[in-house]
Amino acid sequence: MTLGFETLVAASLAYVALLFAVAFLAERRQREGRGAWLRSPWVYTLSLSIYCTAWTFYGAVGYAARSGLEFLTIYLGPSLVMVGWWWTLRKLVRIGRTQRVTSIADLISSRFGKSAPLGALVTAIAVAGITPYIALQLQSISLSFAAIADRGENGLVAGDLRLVAFWTAVGLAAFTVLFGTRNLDPSERHHGIVIAIAVEAVVKLVALLAVGAFVVWGLAGGVAETLARIENAPVPMWTGERGRWAGLIFLSAAAFLTLPRMFQVMVVENDDERHLAVAGWAFPLYVFLMSLFVVPIAVVGLERLPAGSNPDLFVLTLPLAEGQEGLSLLSFLGGLSSATSMVIVATIALATMISNHIVAPLWLRARPAEQTAGELRRVVLIARRLSVAGVLALGYLYFRLTGAGTALSAIGLIAFAGVAQILPAMVGGVIWRGATARGAAAGLAAGATLWAWTLFLPSFGVLPASVMAEGAFGLSWLRPRALFGIEGLDPLLHSVMWSLLVNAGLFVLVSLVTFPTPLERLQGESFVNVFDRGPAPRALGRAAAEPEALLVFASRLLGRDAALDLFREEAERQGKSGHLPDTTPVFLARLERELAGSVGAAAAHAMVGGLAKGSEVSVDDLMAVAGEAQQIIEYSARLEQKSAEAERTARALREANAKLTRLAAQKDAFLSRISHELRTPMTAIRSFSAILREEDLRPDERRRFAGIVEAEAQRLTRLLDDLLDLSVLKEGRLSLDRREGYLSDVIDRALAAAGVLPGSGLRVIRDPSSEIVPVVTDLDRLAQVFINIVSNARKYCDAPSPELRIAVRRRAGEVIVDFVDNGRGIPAEERELVFESFTRLGGSWREGPDGAGLGLAICREVMARLGGSIAYLPGQGGAAFRVVLPAGLARAAE
Amino acid sequence: MARQPRPPFLDRRRYRIERIRDAARLLPALGLALLLVPLAWGAPGEPGAPGNAAALLYLFGLWAVLIALAALLSRLLRSGADGDEP
Repeated sequence: MTLGFETLVAASLAYVALLFAVAFLAERRQREGRGAWLRSPWVYTLSLSIYCTAWTFYGAVGYAARSGLEFLTIYLGPSLVMVGWWWTLRKLVRIGRTQRVTSIADLISSRFGKSAPLGALVTAIAVAGITPYIALQLQSISLSFAAIADRGENGLVAGDLRLVAFWTAVGLAAFTVLFGTRNLDPSERHHGIVIAIAVEAVVKLVALLAVGAFVVWGLAGGVAETLARIENAPVPMWTGERGRWAGLIFLSAAAFLTLPRMFQVMVVENDDERHLAVAGWAFPLYVFLMSLFVVPIAVVGLERLPAGSNPDLFVLTLPLAEGQEGLSLLSFLGGLSSATSMVIVATIALATMISNHIVAPLWLRARPAEQTAGELRRVVLIARRLSVAGVLALGYLYFRLTGAGTALSAIGLIAFAGVAQILPAMVGGVIWRGATARGAAAGLAAGATLWAWTLFLPSFGVLPASVMAEGAFGLSWLRPRALFGIEGLDPLLHSVMWSLLVNAGLFVLVSLVTFPTPLERLQGESFVNVFDRGPAPRALGRAAAEPEALLVFASRLLGRDAALDLFREEAERQGKSGHLPDTTPVFLARLERELAGSVGAAAAHAMVGGLAKGSEVSVDDLMAVAGEAQQIIEYSARLEQKSAEAERTARALREANAKLTRLAAQKDAFLSRISHELRTPMTAIRSFSAILREEDLRPDERRRFAGIVEAEAQRLTRLLDDLLDLSVLKEGRLSLDRREGYLSDVIDRALAAAGVLPGSGLRVIRDPSSEIVPVVTDLDRLAQVFINIVSNARKYCDAPSPELRIAVRRRAGEVIVDFVDNGRGIPAEERELVFESFTRLGGSWREGPDGAGLGLAICREVMARLGGSIAYLPGQGGAAFRVVLPAGLARAAE
Repeated sequence: MARQPRPPFLDRRRYRIERIRDAARLLPALGLALLLVPLAWGAPGEPGAPGNAAALLYLFGLWAVLIALAALLSRLLRSGADGDEP
């Protein structure tokens, strides 16, 4: 079999047809719900391999033939990122899933307050950066065609190369439009495409390994022999370019995170965060295997092929030169699959970004959302298809401008440096809450400008030679290869260093001095602390939209069934039947996220905001949210307070209960006692009355018995009087007879009435001068209180020589009268019971002859009626009572 | 939203998982440090310049070890609980 142009075209078409079939079948299986295996971690890992493009397949060998091991930096950087997936990618993927991020532009736009201009800026940078990359793929395909077909008699001329590139671009555009932009999936996932690129990943790995095995064991003669050849190769493997070594490891790691197609497969197409755990080692293994035979192929190629052969094509030309037609075809297909898979995913990613971040916002700006939802879906789809074609056209244009002479790896690195400009905003946005949209915009714009000036524009020669040599406007410090007069750096390092330095510097500086909008701060919070919260971020927006209008609107964007499912699910979640949930902020936020999957976060936010009549999140909204949070905090504080209060009440109730229990016991005891008290005089009166009825009584006996009856009747009367008195007081029916008098007179009266006279046993210590206090009160009642206290002292003071000290003071508008005796006092545990009615205390206090336990209770009621108080005074060396009279009355009398 | 306070003491299994996570975090740093070893090599012609085969074997060997360690850690991490701590 001879490989000719026709064979190649046929093989290419057959290969593409196979991809169609695979993608088609995968999509159908997915739709039928039988595609579980499509979502395995292995498919995910293989899809990540679109990192390895034609640059890897062809360019790595060329790179190694020119610069030795430096080609490894391009794979070591991403390997480090994947090995450190726990740190970096996990967070990106989590954010991507919770925020329904559709592209890297969407990530940046969403993070910085769903900013439409930022999304557009990132899109522009990505398009500019990816254009050379796509050109690289077209170049490699046309070169590989040329390399094989050139051997024929009718060698390909430059025009035919362009033709090959052109038709390749057209074919890729058709495939991508068919599978990548057929529908607007809210999750923006393309299972057919993912499976197709997984198949391509296997094809290119097998092809490269086959060529490598052929070179090592077929040509070089084994591993040891190969190592010996490498040792003696004309190119040094370590070139001593230290700056490029470190710089390129960093650059490739940065590009791995920021390349739109990598973001697409890594974050957007990710089905399960746990796939990262497998990809974390399997992807480095994949690129390890892809790189394994690069150096042997390069070294053997340099040895065997004629001088001046393009080392970028060794993978193809080496087997060809050895007459291995089958292997050459496999190698050609491997290169084709490397190029096509990259172009397909990159154009899908870019088309999504262009339609969501440039076309949709412009369209929405032109007319209100309600009128255009249906149209918008159509516009977005058309925009995507046109973008696919446009991006490929740009790549073709770049290819035409640069010619086919540039080394593949040089073109690739220009693209890397371009997309790496997104890194500061992306990393900063994910780890730093203080990053602002203006900071990101300033950094991105400055970095992209510097990159374009120092690397991108010079790469295809649009800058005149005078500008390159002397700088723009005659300013030598603006020379693209020697900014600020720093010369002698490698142009790539020079560009990367300046652009990223200025980019990151401005990003941080402007972020530090500007103030983010509320939405920015909210988004920043949910990005940076994505692991702290559940999957539902806080919603914003006013719930003024009619659910029906939203449903109509959503079904135009998502498709009718998807929208109905979404609404029914939400209604169920809210506990309603039917398809119309309440338009709660939570639901609006969810809807916005779903729509963001179709049209991007900024556009979705604008539309839902417009429908919900809250087009911008105002400070008021934020305040309302904050207020809600505040209310919750206050509520819980109140609850805490209430429970503390309840605790206190419970304690008070326990105390009261204990007191009641004691009182109830006392009352029972007292009832039996009072019935005894009533019964004793009654018994005496009855029996003595019976005796008095006897005829044969002596007159003196009769008189004595009559005296006993009278005394007992008096005692009964007194007891009943007390009870009556207390009940009258308790019911507040006591009428007071206020008169003016001196406290000293009241005390005199009380002492006399209580039977305390000089020489009566109880010594009373008084200070007569202090007692001359005029009072206006019910003097009789006050005297009753004093009598009670004094007679208690007389009855119960158990000191050998009993004393009662009476002290009168005036203090802060009150008159205080203290009665302190020198007895044993009242035990602490009984003090609080002393003023309860029916209380009789234990110990010596029980021996009173006529105490009914009502005295102090009556005193307390009386003092309360008089506007004062009576209390037991502890710590006075004996029983002590303090009577307090309000001074208002006293002063009125003065 | 404040983070929930973490308990000062973890049970033995939980503690082991945390340390595996630490190792997973440290692995790329270790890899980077070892990948930058060539910076100390001499340029071609200088003393200390490595042989072609030695340079090749060092880098590919290091790469293979990193992949093996990553595979081991990811197996250990997956067998642990699916915690959410970053």
